[in-house]
Amino acid sequence: MSEIERAGDAHGQGPGTTLARGQGALPDRFENPGLPEHRHRMGDTDPKAARRAERQVAVLLVLSMIGSVLIVVSIIGIKYDDSFERISLSTKAIGLSMFLSLFALGVGAVHWAKTLMPDDERIDYRHRQRGTAAEREQAVAILKEGAAESGLGRRPLIRNTLIGAGVLFPLPAVFFFRDTGPLPGNDLSTTMWKTGTYLTKDPEGGRIRASDLGLGSVVHVMPEGIEDAEELLNEKAKAAVLLIRIEPELLSAPEGREDWSVDGIVAYSKICTHMGCPVALYEQQTHHLLCPCHQSTFDVTQDCKVIFGPAKRALPQLPIQVDAEGYLQAQSGFHEAVGPSFWERG
Amino acid sequence: MTRTLTALSARRRHPLAVVVLIALALVLVGGLYAALAPRQAEASTATASAEDVEAGKRLFLANCSTCHGLNAQGGGVTENGRGAEGAQNPGPSLIGVGAASVDFQVGSGRMPLAQSGPQAPKVNKIRFSQEQIDLMAAYIASLAPGPAIPTEEQLDVSEVGDERLARGAAIFRTNCAMCHNFAGKGGALTEGKYAPSLDESSAKHIYEAMLTGPQSMPVFNDSTISSEDKTAIIAWLTQDEKRPDPGGLTLGAVGPVSEGLFAWIAGIGLLIGCSVWLGMKSS
Amino acid sequence: MSSQTTVDKLAAGVGNYADDTAGASKIVNGFARKIFPDHWSFMLGEITLYSFVILLLTGTFLTFFYEPSAAETTYTGIYAPLAGQHVSEAYASSLRLSFDVRGGLLMRQIHHWSALVFVAATIVHMARVFFTGAFRKPRELNWVIGGVLALLAVFEGFTGYSLPDDLLSGTGIRIADAIILAVPVVGSYISFFLFGGEFPGEDFIPRFFTIHILLLPAVMLALIVVHLFFVVIHKHTQYPGPGRTEDNVVGFPLFPVYAAKAGGFFFIVFGVIALISALVSINPIWAYGAYDPSPVTAGSQPDWYMGWLDGAVRLMPGWTEISAFGYTLSLNIFIPTTVIILFVMAALVAYPYLEQIATGDKREHHLLDRPRNAPTRTGLGVMAITFYVLLWISGGNDIIAHIMQLSINDITRFLRVALFVLPAVAFVVTKRICLGLQRKDREKALHGRETGRIVRLPHGEFIEVHAPLSDLERWTLVQHEVNRPMEIEDRVDAGNPDTLYGKFQRRLSKFYFEDRVEPVTPAEVEAAHSHGELDAGEQMASVEEKENAAIGTSQTLHG
Repeated sequence: MSEIERAGDAHGQGPGTTLARGQGALPDRFENPGLPEHRHRMGDTDPKAARRAERQVAVLLVLSMIGSVLIVVSIIGIKYDDSFERISLSTKAIGLSMFLSLFALGVGAVHWAKTLMPDDERIDYRHRQRGTAAEREQAVAILKEGAAESGLGRRPLIRNTLIGAGVLFPLPAVFFFRDTGPLPGNDLSTTMWKTGTYLTKDPEGGRIRASDLGLGSVVHVMPEGIEDAEELLNEKAKAAVLLIRIEPELLSAPEGREDWSVDGIVAYSKICTHMGCPVALYEQQTHHLLCPCHQSTFDVTQDCKVIFGPAKRALPQLPIQVDAEGYLQAQSGFHEAVGPSFWERG
Repeated sequence: MTRTLTALSARRRHPLAVVVLIALALVLVGGLYAALAPRQAEASTATASAEDVEAGKRLFLANCSTCHGLNAQGGGVTENGRGAEGAQNPGPSLIGVGAASVDFQVGSGRMPLAQSGPQAPKVNKIRFSQEQIDLMAAYIASLAPGPAIPTEEQLDVSEVGDERLARGAAIFRTNCAMCHNFAGKGGALTEGKYAPSLDESSAKHIYEAMLTGPQSMPVFNDSTISSEDKTAIIAWLTQDEKRPDPGGLTLGAVGPVSEGLFAWIAGIGLLIGCSVWLGMKSS
Repeated sequence: MSSQTTVDKLAAGVGNYADDTAGASKIVNGFARKIFPDHWSFMLGEITLYSFVILLLTGTFLTFFYEPSAAETTYTGIYAPLAGQHVSEAYASSLRLSFDVRGGLLMRQIHHWSALVFVAATIVHMARVFFTGAFRKPRELNWVIGGVLALLAVFEGFTGYSLPDDLLSGTGIRIADAIILAVPVVGSYISFFLFGGEFPGEDFIPRFFTIHILLLPAVMLALIVVHLFFVVIHKHTQYPGPGRTEDNVVGFPLFPVYAAKAGGFFFIVFGVIALISALVSINPIWAYGAYDPSPVTAGSQPDWYMGWLDGAVRLMPGWTEISAFGYTLSLNIFIPTTVIILFVMAALVAYPYLEQIATGDKREHHLLDRPRNAPTRTGLGVMAITFYVLLWISGGNDIIAHIMQLSINDITRFLRVALFVLPAVAFVVTKRICLGLQRKDREKALHGRETGRIVRLPHGEFIEVHAPLSDLERWTLVQHEVNRPMEIEDRVDAGNPDTLYGKFQRRLSKFYFEDRVEPVTPAEVEAAHSHGELDAGEQMASVEEKENAAIGTSQTLHG
């Protein structure tokens, strides 16, 4: 307690705390008046109040004990019998018991500190972080002496090779990460869709006839055979397609792509060209496709070009055709990479 | 033709004439439409009696024809699906929309449209009795084949077992959740339109909405989502006990936004409250 | 009492052993009576620390049951809507620990709620430190460590909520992958090395698991130790007030008062989070379903602390993606994610040093600023918060549009403009408010406190009675030093005005301190009292007898 003193001792220590009137030259600034007089709590003077506070703390601690017991009772007493009522009940019972056990203990401890432990403020003195002149000099001297002993200044060969070794040794660490994954290759630009791949319903499966789609219909589509793909989710993340039927005269296919649709049925990649969320909110009256993640909006009547939001590129179209039995199949794969942009995409 | 119909509607005692006319309308309009329109959902021809159709027509003329036209042929519909400004009949054509559409739109209070807005909201106060709605549905169904009101059997979820329920939930996640949210609480679409919450929707209306694709919603006919799967979706959506939330209050089940807000307001709020108490001097 | 002596003996024995083996007496002498100042805002950092401890405890419990594997399995648990679905082991085990382990769901909810509270408390704590100037010398380095901790906390949260492999978290990973892919030149390589190939692959779950439970917590724990070590060697800052100086710290000793208060507060924080977790559901992974790249839910949002980045992405116009020479530069993603994080971190780290350049003040500061007394800093802080909150709103624009029946497009268009306008407005308004409050402080220091009593003087004038301030009351209003621009007053440490640095320093100094209100000096108070101005408090004593107080009259004047 060498540096710490009771605030009461320090009170009024500041010189000239009050501003004397008509004293001639006034100071430029006010001076710190020092700590205010300590105000006693009821418990400090009234033994009854202290007793009361003591009882309050004890009640809180007893409540905490009750809570702790209730936790055990809830865990052992409420058995899970595959029923969600029990799970719900157990969660609430254990949770509320924990609240009682922990909160009452915490409030009890704080209440004890506030009401019964000394509440007169103490003072501790600070030291500057910077050492004294002597300390600093001594430190510099030690460092200099050490440096001289090491001979680094005199032996530049060691110094330079040490720097070289120090710089080089962490670099190989980077190469240990080489086998954390394969190189991208053209994986980002290819999907499962190939010429003749049948369109099947997602998630139920089953091929789709062109006649299945009414005007305004939407079908979520995966390529046939995707369930057997070696890396199912990877393929799904690229191959998801949305099939939409609108009035054929509303479509405006760009040159060379007039035959990519079947009677107003068009297939577009469902993977947003922005950040890869499924763009699946189709408004059948406005023919707009909205992405729920960042609100990029694509217009199906304008070849799914972006009309609002942070995406830049139109959704890639999957060219489709019908086979002899009227089932929809891909004319070919996508003609460009689907999904979010990446550096090499071009 | 308009005049003939109006005149006819006044003479109630000549049902035969009406039947002839309906038949004519069917052949003319419905047949033409059926030929043009891509295959609709299992279209059912109305089996309602001629009296019902006639009564439905009168209700239609009195309540719906200002927008949808005296023959339900509709008016100019702009590209965004709403009635053209200033058009005589701003509403869309109802020919071929089927009884299911009428039952859904009128039965959920969306029609008659109370006020113009981004889209017709679901209204709790329904202006018509179910009988009246059925009559109007019969009339619209008589104009051209269209999706029928689902049968009791199609709405019966008692036979849906766990695996089928899970299949329904999976179909919901792929086909519906992107607009209606994972828990069917609804979500925003573009320019003020929205997918409504499905909490208050009846099994019948959910089924009809899938079948007919009202407003912004696409059509999910029985070829794209089978009738059994629709029933499974409804089984998952309408039976709260089948998708329990044992964690407690769901905060609207709209995901991390409400959770984050709650963490700030309740979590940080309560803890700062405790800090203030801790820092206060005891009296 | 024999029991007392037994206890004494026992304590002496333990104490002896501890001292013999660990030099406990020195530790006790050095730390037991360390003084901590009392203020509620000093508890904000403790909320952060304690929620971190809760995260360690509950997280350890969760690892006993969670399986970090993407291997496919068939769900056979009790949640009917998932019966027979193909899910990952990670997802199935997350459901198992929620539904089959007693207290498991509660632990998961405590873990997730604490995570939200942890990052929120971090932000509030940082705001307190910023607005009170607690980052000033000698604490700049600790501010930087705190900033790094905040960033790590966000990553830690993200890797955590990605682990259950539910639909929402998978959508989040999908977006994270797009953020990585958008990094120029090396994006796709980083993505392939992180995911072990294409997105999503099977490697990311075990890798995120290791990062989440080992790598990040270890780094954070080490930084927290350093952070607290600095608090010990610097001793805590304190608010200005009578008796508080730059050379002392006034408060209560660690043992016993702060041991009880801070120790008790841990249980309070844990209790409050347990209460929330008992009653309020969080991240209902069973309802989202297992991750599959095809489905998505309306309102796909990240946890709140990532929300501002998501919001920034939503506001970015699409034309900023550039394709040229066979390469694609996705600035529409790169800027509002990677660049903005780097920018915010750089601003955070640089701020204390920037302000030091403006003040030219290299002295130590242990007395906190009242935010009003640093108007430019407070304005900048509110500006940053406004910017952050607008991005946060943008991140929830679809939910807001749905609940308030607005158009998403309108909200986005509004925010695109507001993001640049409102922070600037917030800066100006906040600064003005601060200066106004300082003028009010001056008034009060000069003329005393308003009492609300209106009195009519003999000659008919109405005045409000002002009670004079005590020295103690006045001190808080006049104690601060005011910084002046270097044009007026050069600090010793100021740079040479002819160099580029010196010019920049003077510019910055002018920006910071051109508008200022000087604190009242003793001479001013003296002048206010003697130069004919009424010291209402003194005059009133005689007036009050004759004229009874007329309260609520139309005129309110002060003397």
